[in-house]
Amino acid sequence: MPQTLEPLLRGHKFFAGLEPAHLSLIVSCAANEVFPAGSFLFREGEPAQTFYLIREGRLALEIAAPGRGSSVGALVVQTLGEGDVAGFSWLIEPHRWEFDGRVVERVLAVRMDGTCLRDKCEDDPRLGYELMRRFARLAANELQATRLQLLDVYGHAHDR
Amino acid sequence: MARPGWIEPQFWHVSETRQEAPDVVTLGLTPAGRFEFLPGQFNMLYQPGIGEVPISVSGDAADTGHILHTIRDVGPVSHALCALRPGQRVGVRGPYGTSWPLAVAAGGDLVIIAGGIGLPPLRPALYQALGQRERFGRVVLLYGARTPDDLLFTDELSAWRARFDLDVYVTVDAAARGWRGDVGVVPDLVRRAPFDPPHTTAFVVGPEIMMRFTVRALRAAGVTDDRMYLSMERNMQCAVAMCGHCQLGPFLVCRDGPVFGYPQLARWLAIREV
Amino acid sequence: METVNARQPHSTEPGQSLTGPVVFQAAALDQLLDAVKRRGFRLIGPVVRDGAICYDDIASAADLPRGWTDDQDAASYRLRKRDDDALFGYNVGPESWKKYLFPPHARLLPTERPPDEPYAFLGVRSCELAAIAIQDRVFLGGRHKDPHYEARREGALIIAVNCGEAGGTCFCASMDAGPCATDGFDVVLTELLGEPGHRFLAEAGTGRGAEILGEVGTRPARAEDISAAHAASQNAIASMGRVMPELDLHQLLAENYGHPRWDDVAARCLTCGNCTMVCPTCFCFSVEDISGLSTSETGGDAERHRSWDSCFTMDHSYLHGGPVRASGRSRYRQWMTHKLGTWFDQFGTSGCVGCGRCITWCPAAIDITEEVAAIAADP
Repeated sequence: MPQTLEPLLRGHKFFAGLEPAHLSLIVSCAANEVFPAGSFLFREGEPAQTFYLIREGRLALEIAAPGRGSSVGALVVQTLGEGDVAGFSWLIEPHRWEFDGRVVERVLAVRMDGTCLRDKCEDDPRLGYELMRRFARLAANELQATRLQLLDVYGHAHDR
Repeated sequence: MARPGWIEPQFWHVSETRQEAPDVVTLGLTPAGRFEFLPGQFNMLYQPGIGEVPISVSGDAADTGHILHTIRDVGPVSHALCALRPGQRVGVRGPYGTSWPLAVAAGGDLVIIAGGIGLPPLRPALYQALGQRERFGRVVLLYGARTPDDLLFTDELSAWRARFDLDVYVTVDAAARGWRGDVGVVPDLVRRAPFDPPHTTAFVVGPEIMMRFTVRALRAAGVTDDRMYLSMERNMQCAVAMCGHCQLGPFLVCRDGPVFGYPQLARWLAIREV
Repeated sequence: METVNARQPHSTEPGQSLTGPVVFQAAALDQLLDAVKRRGFRLIGPVVRDGAICYDDIASAADLPRGWTDDQDAASYRLRKRDDDALFGYNVGPESWKKYLFPPHARLLPTERPPDEPYAFLGVRSCELAAIAIQDRVFLGGRHKDPHYEARREGALIIAVNCGEAGGTCFCASMDAGPCATDGFDVVLTELLGEPGHRFLAEAGTGRGAEILGEVGTRPARAEDISAAHAASQNAIASMGRVMPELDLHQLLAENYGHPRWDDVAARCLTCGNCTMVCPTCFCFSVEDISGLSTSETGGDAERHRSWDSCFTMDHSYLHGGPVRASGRSRYRQWMTHKLGTWFDQFGTSGCVGCGRCITWCPAAIDITEEVAAIAADP
């Protein structure tokens, strides 16, 4: 029996609860990838037609910030690891990556092809709804976390 | 003749100081007499002519000759305390307040969740748990700070990480590229940490906002309200339930806290300006 | 949690009063005061001062506010001449006995010496006895006692006076704190003005009180004296100027932190804190540090002081750079919910004795009984 990526998809938190029929539909949009430490999965501004299910390792979402963030001039806004998903921009115009995705520790990921997925969703709106639900939940989570970071709750000695 | 009663501090010597972060210092004090405390309790530390502030004891409760306080420099009193040198003295009254209920956690998993300067009041609980390790299932430490420079007890964090009987997850709100750890918020650590929610007790300390978000994440994970404990802060002046400043609704934080079970606190946390 | 028992006029508890009620002529009041002074007490009683009846050192009955009464209403206090010679014909003024037991200012470090002479308080109303009992719980009833309060309280001699008439802002009856004094005193007096003459019905509450009464020319009380006294308290009960709604205030307030009435009262409240200054049970204090040229790491000439504080100040709830209770709304709510509600959680009783001072001395005429009624009407 040929090895498919279905077990990898099924095992990832993001697709938990997705019907087996839907999983089978989308497995052809998936590809298994390995990224060595220091490499980039994506760069700010590049076209975004994919998203990644992180299976192992650590990915840093970074933004170039001249003058800030050490001699390399980049700040890390979030790190992602096992069970996380990187990428919404494939869903939303203008389909461009908003951050750099740099590998901190070797990343094993499943790359999902956004164009392929969108086509499947057109054919099966129910699948589309399931994916939207998951991305909405993800986005809400990210928003909450971002707001918590923004609130800068820990303060700083200089802010008296 | 008037008795000094609750008012008069003892003066203890500073035996050591340690700079934990740019604005955080740990003072090691030698008690003037016999002194015992429970994890979670605090002392009032006094600098004559400047003032007195409540500071949680941050060391090991089993080490009664060596009492640690980890202090953040945010005002005139804490500034003076952070500037103390070994051999100098500080006024001490205490211990006061309620303590972490380790007994409740026994038999299950213990998750200790600290945000920023919330780690010092939890460290004695962690020491106590590690000292009776067999009483617990998994013991997990989740710790978040503003930036890597603000992380406290970094040597110990490394040592704790190396243990097989303790899971340690650390995150920061923001970092420059040199940081190889997580960047993100503590509630997200809750989502990822390995513990068995129905059999877990959580101790949480940090800024109020962080504690509320963390409780939400704990609930979402399946931890029950009656096994969550928070440490609260209010303006404290007497520490003996007489000056009225530390009121939080029906509670006097110096007497009914600082450690509270979440169920009794829940409705008060939801009311603004209480 | 105890509840204050319903008050019976003139009940003497078994073993407490040793001789039963007695009567002495009003003119003989100085015999009582002399007996007190002979025992080395510093005698404090009511005097007319600054247009009000305040508490101050007194030397004799001549210092008392003979023939004066007080007309009180929300935001209004006026002294008025009576058409008789009553010595205690008023209710309560802006001061309370906390002025002596918990002075507005005290030095904590270096330890301050307690006063040389113990206090004797003359003219303590039933509501004030209840207020003293409430402050006893705060300062003496917990794990830690306050040495300043203890030193002033433990020797204090209390001569209570029953009210024959209630004031315009009084509501002690509906707070179960009066108008009859039932315990907490050494001697209790009821002033009687009718036939057969201006006299006092007196009862001892302690052995010490009985001894003192024993040095006054008294005769046993007759039925007519007792019924006159009873009529006086009935009159007091009937003339209460306000009434606190009879409800579980603890529960009502706990469930109404979001009530729109708080916005309503906030629009009127100046957060001046008068209510907390005149309230006989308010106990908040702030601690202040003073340094000198010789301040050292163990003190030297450094001092710690405490002064009355008020939950209406912006600093009261200061934490991490700002107050927890910034809005006037939240500060008024704090005061009222504490006084009538969370005081039960913290100290086991209500914090309010129905003396009405907060109503009288509020420049905005805010009436705590009215605020409760408004919340209760629409919870």
